Amino acid sequence: MKYLPLVLTNLFRKKTRTALTAGSFAVALFLFGILTVVDGAFQQGVDVAGVDRLVVLNRVSIIQPLPLSYRDRLARIPGVTQVTFANWFGGVYQDERNFFPQFAIDRETYRQMFPEFVLPDAEWQAFLADREGAVVGESLAERFKWKVGDRVPIKGTIFPGTWEFNIRGIYRGRRVQDDTTQFWFRWDYLDERKTFLKGWVGWYTVRIANPDDAVRLVKAIDEHFANSPAETKTDTEKAFAASFVKQMGNIQLLIMSIGSVVFFTLLLVTGNTMAIAVRERTRELAVLKAVGFSDGFVLALVIAETMLVALVGGGVGLGLAKLFTLRGDPTGGLLPFFYLSLDAIVLGLGLALAVGLMAGILPALAASRLRVVDALRRI
Amino acid sequence: MVRIDGQGNGNSLIRARGLGKTYQRGGEATHVLQGLNLDVDAGDFVAFMGPSGSGKTTLLNLLGGLDVPTAGSVTVAGDEITRMSARKLTAWRARHVGFVFQMYNLIPVLTAFQNVELPLLLTHLSKAERRRHVETALAVVGLADRMHHYPRQLSGGQEQRVGIARAIVADPTFLLCDEPTGDLDRKSADEILGLVDRLVTEHGKTVLMVTHDPLAAERARVVLHLEKGVLVDTVTAGRAR
Repeated sequence: MKYLPLVLTNLFRKKTRTALTAGSFAVALFLFGILTVVDGAFQQGVDVAGVDRLVVLNRVSIIQPLPLSYRDRLARIPGVTQVTFANWFGGVYQDERNFFPQFAIDRETYRQMFPEFVLPDAEWQAFLADREGAVVGESLAERFKWKVGDRVPIKGTIFPGTWEFNIRGIYRGRRVQDDTTQFWFRWDYLDERKTFLKGWVGWYTVRIANPDDAVRLVKAIDEHFANSPAETKTDTEKAFAASFVKQMGNIQLLIMSIGSVVFFTLLLVTGNTMAIAVRERTRELAVLKAVGFSDGFVLALVIAETMLVALVGGGVGLGLAKLFTLRGDPTGGLLPFFYLSLDAIVLGLGLALAVGLMAGILPALAASRLRVVDALRRI
Repeated sequence: MVRIDGQGNGNSLIRARGLGKTYQRGGEATHVLQGLNLDVDAGDFVAFMGPSGSGKTTLLNLLGGLDVPTAGSVTVAGDEITRMSARKLTAWRARHVGFVFQMYNLIPVLTAFQNVELPLLLTHLSKAERRRHVETALAVVGLADRMHHYPRQLSGGQEQRVGIARAIVADPTFLLCDEPTGDLDRKSADEILGLVDRLVTEHGKTVLMVTHDPLAAERARVVLHLEKGVLVDTVTAGRAR
């Protein structure tokens, strides 16, 4: 601690330069934070997928339905312990820009299949008792200022007409990553009102007794329905979520590329700044060594200065990113999980420190190798 | 007692034997110091004079452990510093040598107090002990009331006094002054020389000083002349005691 004033006074000798360098870190780490959030939003479905759940789709495509009769056949396959199903609704609330996912769900089994979504029993019972009942996630409710008892009209796009729902419950996620932007209503209501595809569902989700048995069961299910009018394509929930992300392109590669370029540029800029700073202080560093400060001390001094700038700048950038994410999804529903986690903040600070270390190491080595007599003679 | 004939009695504080320094530049060897012998006792005040390039500063650097000779040895208080590793030599400098530079070489962003405190950061002294030492050193050089001033707020003479306070604060074995008045006007130079004089007479410090200034050299007990890397004679200065 006794050396801290030495580090700080050195940093404050050129306030503008230090502020600009710290600002570079702040901008880079802000960008890192936002990119991480965007990546996390895309990966969220993959991250929270249940390890013991499989998704069964129509082999032709995700938009092709499956017969309701598959429910009981799936339940009889050894290793399957629970089955539920759902249907994509694809309606519009007031304006097409107000996108959020709407699912017609099996009221008897859906809640048990997804225990990560929590709502009071009384609300669930009210939902079960109301044919037009709906349950919405808390983010969605907050977004449209909905509360229990509100009546919400949704215009069907796949299933024509205006569909009116009564909000009977608001669920929340057990984990911060859980998607709370969904809108659920009863599949029996949909099946009753729709004029086509009666008795068909969008997809099934099954729970399996042993996650290690997933590969075998995926094969067993698809073989079971082979050569039927609606063959199936089964995947683990994780693989299913990942395939969705893949459809949008290699988001992670894009984000990694942008992040790498930003950090590499930051490294060059900071390294150059520190090299100039050390060159300007050649005589002072030589004096420090003359009075008895070791090469290692001078090395540590320069690195400490760079890393302190990196830490402060990075901290500011990540803090701003966190503030930005506190306002929630800025896209109006495309990125429901818009959250900067503590892990990402720690990783960001670690990256900032690593860049600080790398940027400072060469100037620091040059400073530590400085020969006192040469340095004092040079100026 | 100062001798340059290599016949010192072995009790000298500083002893150099056959000291040589050669620089290789562009394949050509430049002999800056050649076979130099020197014995300086504790409490001596020695001035080195000579034309530019005669090797004065190089000699000071070798005696202070800032540079290593290409031949010969330097022994200080029984320690042969020319055999020390770079790391050990750095620690030895911190403990035994106080440097006073021509250009003061204060750190501009540190106050006078912080500049003087620098060598003490290498010790195990507590903050309160460091403060006491720094205040004492600044009082010795007459700048107790300027301790919170930055170098830019001080005159050249005052800056050099801070430099001297920094050199003495850790109570080193000896002081090496490289043209301490070279950048000062006559009045300030006299004040600095008076201060160095007092360090010798009142505080018993051993001082080795390089200077071009005959008036500065007059303050020393002994003046040694260097020519082409060789100590040519010893003159007892006018104010020798």
